Amino acid sequence: MPAIELDHVSKVYRRHGRRRQFATLKSALLTGSLVRHLRPDESFSALSDVSVAVPRGACYGIIGRNGSGKSTLLKIVAGITKPTSGIVRVKGRVSALIELGAGFHPEISGRENVFINGVMLGLSRREISDRFDEIVEFAELEDFIEAPVKTYSSGMYMRLGFAIATHVNPDVLLVDEVLAVGDEGFSLKCLDTFAEFKRRGKTILLVTHGLSMVERFCDEAVWLEAGQNRTTGDPTRVVQMYLADVEQAEDQHLAAEDAKAQQTPVTQASPGPMSEPVAEEAALAPPEEATGASAADAPDDDEPPADMFAAKEGRWGSGAVRIEKVTLEGDRGPAHVFHTGDRMTIRMRVIAAQPVDDFAFGISIFSIDGVCCYGTNTNIEEMESESLEGEGEVVFAIERLDLVEGTYKLDVAVHKRDGYSYDYHRLLYTFRVKSRTKDAGIYRPSHTWRFTDNVRFKEPDRGSDD
Amino acid sequence: MLSNLRQLFRYRGLIQILVARDLKARYRGSVLGFVWSFINPLLLLLVYSFVFTYIMRRGEEVDLEPYAVFLFCGLLPWTWFSSSLSEGANALIVGGNLIKKVMFPAEILPVVAVVSNMIHFLFGLPILFGFLWFYAIPLRLTELVWFPLVMTVQFILTLGLVMVLAALTVHFRDIKDLLANLLTLWFFATPIIYPMSALSGRLRFMMDFNPFAHVAISYQEILFYDGPFGHWKWLLALAVGGTGLFMLGYWLFDRLRDSFADEV
Repeated sequence: MPAIELDHVSKVYRRHGRRRQFATLKSALLTGSLVRHLRPDESFSALSDVSVAVPRGACYGIIGRNGSGKSTLLKIVAGITKPTSGIVRVKGRVSALIELGAGFHPEISGRENVFINGVMLGLSRREISDRFDEIVEFAELEDFIEAPVKTYSSGMYMRLGFAIATHVNPDVLLVDEVLAVGDEGFSLKCLDTFAEFKRRGKTILLVTHGLSMVERFCDEAVWLEAGQNRTTGDPTRVVQMYLADVEQAEDQHLAAEDAKAQQTPVTQASPGPMSEPVAEEAALAPPEEATGASAADAPDDDEPPADMFAAKEGRWGSGAVRIEKVTLEGDRGPAHVFHTGDRMTIRMRVIAAQPVDDFAFGISIFSIDGVCCYGTNTNIEEMESESLEGEGEVVFAIERLDLVEGTYKLDVAVHKRDGYSYDYHRLLYTFRVKSRTKDAGIYRPSHTWRFTDNVRFKEPDRGSDD
Repeated sequence: MLSNLRQLFRYRGLIQILVARDLKARYRGSVLGFVWSFINPLLLLLVYSFVFTYIMRRGEEVDLEPYAVFLFCGLLPWTWFSSSLSEGANALIVGGNLIKKVMFPAEILPVVAVVSNMIHFLFGLPILFGFLWFYAIPLRLTELVWFPLVMTVQFILTLGLVMVLAALTVHFRDIKDLLANLLTLWFFATPIIYPMSALSGRLRFMMDFNPFAHVAISYQEILFYDGPFGHWKWLLALAVGGTGLFMLGYWLFDRLRDSFADEV
């Protein structure tokens, strides 16, 4: 017999509009419901046809994007809000850690609030008296319990709320992303509390964005997507599927951005403060001459000009050679999200309007805060240009993309060997690098650790890179 | 209905603790603290009797002396009534956090509003009786036994109204503003600053439809006027009407209950 059972549960919220107020009030009085008869354009479906059964003593994790209905689900289980259709059965005393300290009154002392909150959660005064010291000790508020709650820091507030909610001895514990509060030490204590609950055969329903916690802690994971139960099952598997889906969505998002970037208009003059006096002349002189002059001013290619780093995203150059299309590819075709150590291929389609013999291709990778992670071009690598005519393809293949997790921007360019731009794409392409290892910096050298026999580490619980 | 009442009874501990919280929180941080519960009605009385004795001169009505005591007999229950209504109508919105975030029986909130204002009324009573004693107004035990009954009727009537208002205010926030003005009108349409005997003909007939007029008159007859309590028929009628209103209010509240968490 499951401790929590949701049977084809749907929840429809009415949208905020006050037009049909009187009509809805009338129907509310006649039928007892405000939402059942709303037309679809006036309603929002937060949950649709969700069925979940949590057996007694199990810990289920609910994951999903913002707005996917996780909190609504929890509120329905808690009985705070009623489902529009479907049946909810919950066995035993429920304690909901949805908004900690929601019932606190700021003006009165922590002690009195403990009593009030406890009574609200269904304890008798006697029971609270018995547990009072425990609660205060758990919340680490011994010195402040007589002070009015309004003087508490938000961490103290949450700790007290958490302590009360977990000390009502519930059979079912509902947790909504509350571990984000409190310092490291308190978070660990909360986890210990959950583990203790689990040991004692209590049922836990956990809503969180902390996926590693779901993997470590839960028996099953439920993935909600747009109010629907996408999948339920082994936490590791569901989390992997969810992550893959998130990456895919990111990829689509970045691809859309790139598509926009490809359409960035070409500016004829070089940007940046160094070329500004020239740009003024350019207003008078024909464009070809102006760009030529600016290129002559530009320093040697061996050292990129300082103003280039200050330049914002954009595209410029004479257009004699054009980069028509830039594609980032992973192992399985075009991609914008990579994992550290993946193969990455940058593919550029170039077109020369007239045959040229002086040209160089370059790429640079920037971190999102503007640090150049790597930059090179064919000239630096001492490749001498001979000829380029018509349409061609340039491929820059990175065997291992050893960057740490983060978002990166890409420059691609074709220019004369002295730096005169044919077509410069500045920071127009974005890709993301993901990693399960949260190491710091920019670059992850391919590495291994070695130890002598007397240095030992525990075997990891689960294979992390499967 | 009965199960609802049983439910309410089951939550008496919660009501008790919330009322205590209300009272404690109200004067927390003020120098005089709880004493304000006594000073407030006293000051209110002072203002009204000053205005109606020295500024708005009344005619020569012998049976209204001492005027301050007459005024107090109606003013004290009126304060309970009107504060309950304006606080109770807003109770669900103010307590929205509880309804939205905690499993919480919503009807507790309007009940707490009425009860905590009743406590204030009770705090005012010693002052009222002090005045009665000071002016040597005779109190008969046969009349005083009616006093708790009048209070009960007022309580039921107020609670019924508050239930309706609280449930509707969640959906129509306009009620809050409307109510403030309506209460001012209601105050002057009730024999509190003037005696019922000052009215005649049509006005007097219309007054019979003002439920609070009967409450006020009952208090005045019991405490202020000499002679046996003659208004008891009206009071009993009001008790029946008030109970009906309370049942209607609870029914309405129950009907709209599911919408509270979503709408507050």
